[in-house]
Amino acid sequence: MNAAAQAVVPLGVEPVIRLVEAVAVLGKFPALAGTTLTVRRGEIVLLRGANGAGKTTLLRLCAGLVPLVRGSGWVVGCDLATQRESLRSRVGLLGHANGLYGDLSVSENVRFWGATAGAARHEVEAALERMGLAGRLADVKVDRLSAGQKRRTSLACLVARRAQLWLLDEPHAGLDATGRDDLDATVRSAALAGATVVVASHELERAGALATRVVDIVGGQAHEHAAEPAPRAEPASDTDGRGLQ
Amino acid sequence: MNAWQVARLVAAKDLRVELRSRVVLNQVLPFAGLVMVMFAFALDKDNILQRVSPGLIWLATVFSLLILVQRTFAIESADGALDALRGAGVSPAGVFFGKSLALAVQLLTLEVLLTGLAVVLYSASFSPGGAVVMVATVLPATMGLGFVGTLYGGLAIGASGRETLLPLLLFPVVAPVLIGATRATEAALGAGGAATSDGWPWVALLTVFAVLFGVGGSLAFGPLIEE
Amino acid sequence: MVNVTTTASSSTSAAGPAATSPTHAGTRFTRALGIITIAAMLSLAAFGLVFSPADVVQGESVRILYIHVGTVWVAYLAFVITAVSSAAFLWKRTTSLTWDRIAGASAEIGVAFMALTLFAGALWGRLSWGTFWVWDARVTTTAFLFITYVGYLAVRGLGGSQQQRGRRSAVVALLAVLEIPLVHFSVKLWRSVHQDASVADRTTNVTLDGLMLFTLMLALVAFTLVYVWWVLLRQRVLAMQDALDDKGLDYALAERRREVTADALPGSVR
Repeated sequence: MNAAAQAVVPLGVEPVIRLVEAVAVLGKFPALAGTTLTVRRGEIVLLRGANGAGKTTLLRLCAGLVPLVRGSGWVVGCDLATQRESLRSRVGLLGHANGLYGDLSVSENVRFWGATAGAARHEVEAALERMGLAGRLADVKVDRLSAGQKRRTSLACLVARRAQLWLLDEPHAGLDATGRDDLDATVRSAALAGATVVVASHELERAGALATRVVDIVGGQAHEHAAEPAPRAEPASDTDGRGLQ
Repeated sequence: MNAWQVARLVAAKDLRVELRSRVVLNQVLPFAGLVMVMFAFALDKDNILQRVSPGLIWLATVFSLLILVQRTFAIESADGALDALRGAGVSPAGVFFGKSLALAVQLLTLEVLLTGLAVVLYSASFSPGGAVVMVATVLPATMGLGFVGTLYGGLAIGASGRETLLPLLLFPVVAPVLIGATRATEAALGAGGAATSDGWPWVALLTVFAVLFGVGGSLAFGPLIEE
Repeated sequence: MVNVTTTASSSTSAAGPAATSPTHAGTRFTRALGIITIAAMLSLAAFGLVFSPADVVQGESVRILYIHVGTVWVAYLAFVITAVSSAAFLWKRTTSLTWDRIAGASAEIGVAFMALTLFAGALWGRLSWGTFWVWDARVTTTAFLFITYVGYLAVRGLGGSQQQRGRRSAVVALLAVLEIPLVHFSVKLWRSVHQDASVADRTTNVTLDGLMLFTLMLALVAFTLVYVWWVLLRQRVLAMQDALDDKGLDYALAERRREVTADALPGSVR
């Protein structure tokens, strides 16, 4: 099965995500039941599927948080079976939970999560700016924020982490119209700068317009969508410093 | 980021959370003080209290440790932050040392309060030499408690959300600290006629404990919180 | 890079569990061992209760010691095996869960025998020292061992994947190796300060005649046989449970894949 996987990969271009018959379990339930998926650099892939189809587990598998039980997979050049700890610093996951400290302010949270990826102060400021959190909101305790504002804060943390691979789980949920616009703009510019983005979303008009490719997740398996949307922004060249190796 | 940078970052974050929320200050410290009063109710006679005050200080500390450990991991699990920390790919040893350090700082505050209460409520008193032994006791004992608290807290609460498992895992490990710190404090206070110099072997034991669980914990923490 | 096989899948591939895992707890060897063990235990009962004489000092209560010494030996042996197997599992984590299952089986039997030890010891203590419990270093450490491994078994029961269970419990078992000497040393230091000679040292005052010594040796052999027999059986039962989990995963995978066809129908509701 490895030979088959290699056949689809053009020589010299390592895909950012390559899963072959990947199985991952939640307890005893096989949330991913043999998923095969290849994502190349600069793509924005939309994962579409019903509740419980396996989208979240797929993202967590790619983030190195869920062990691979069967099959094989590589993410940003790391083997999921043996190196999933080392891929994590290069991948950013926006999960269902925001991962914020409620007693700290917005800027303290973004600074903390930025620091875990070695972000400088000006990069943190830029991330706050980007998600419309600079100014008055920056000093507000996260506990006092609305759900949408928390989501923005979590996104700002992700922006500050400057990951090679962005994994977004329902990023639009809870965001207002401007928040969604900010998010879409952020995702597009990240992809233009060479990052790869995988989005799981039920907001099909929103995310569909953003995506360069749509993948249906059904019963823990990936199905390439037949009619791909028109290709959009081409990925930037390898010289921008965010390329793989 | 190397492990020490992570440790500093995590410790600073935990202490800042406490500065903002004041949960330990407003809830755990009063609880520990209350325990000291309850001991006085249960152990009525004055001279008994004075003699057993070292044990009561450390018993109150160990019970409060349980609450402090629950609090320090509640911060992480409330909004999936521990998951995010794993996902950020930072050194687990760094997270371990950072959380242990923040826990130790809070414990230290608590122990100062409890010792003060023992002086006030149980008429315990220090000689100058005894004060030195007391300081030498408190530092390694606190670090040891911080290490094992973080280690087993990460396993019981962080990884699986089983708070009820925590005392079963934690208290047997904490026993040497309870024994060692109590005997050393007896020596420091001269309780029951103990000589001040009797405290030093116990200080050595507490130091060995802190070092062993510091090293062991930094190696074990990662696998214990991993899925 | 491409021909790297995933470690998890090699042990749990669809054909694997059925081919490699046992289908019965017993083998011809364990059955033979079982017969020998039962014979040894029966003869121990005969020697311990009938043939061996009562002690000059302790009278009939000395017979409790044959159980007490046998069970405490097995319990300590079991915990040592758990620690060694846990280290072996972490050393060769990717190859097999066998070490993990031996560690678990051994700890279960160790906890059971430690409970028996404490019970028999308390009875004997009441008869010969007039008290159920003494704060002796050895007795206290034994009690802590018991509680620690009860905690270890609780950690084994936390759930998660087999690999996660194995790694987590192995780490906890090795931490227990760190903990127990510290507990023992601190209790010993504590008792040496506050009490003269250990009261438990009086155990050695029993003057054993030849037949009593033989019975004691027989007890050690018989209880060791029980341990080996049960660990082998229990470890195989655990292997069968793991294989059943793998089988269950195969079944659940097939079930999960069928969702594809169900979902493909327009307007299907999940």
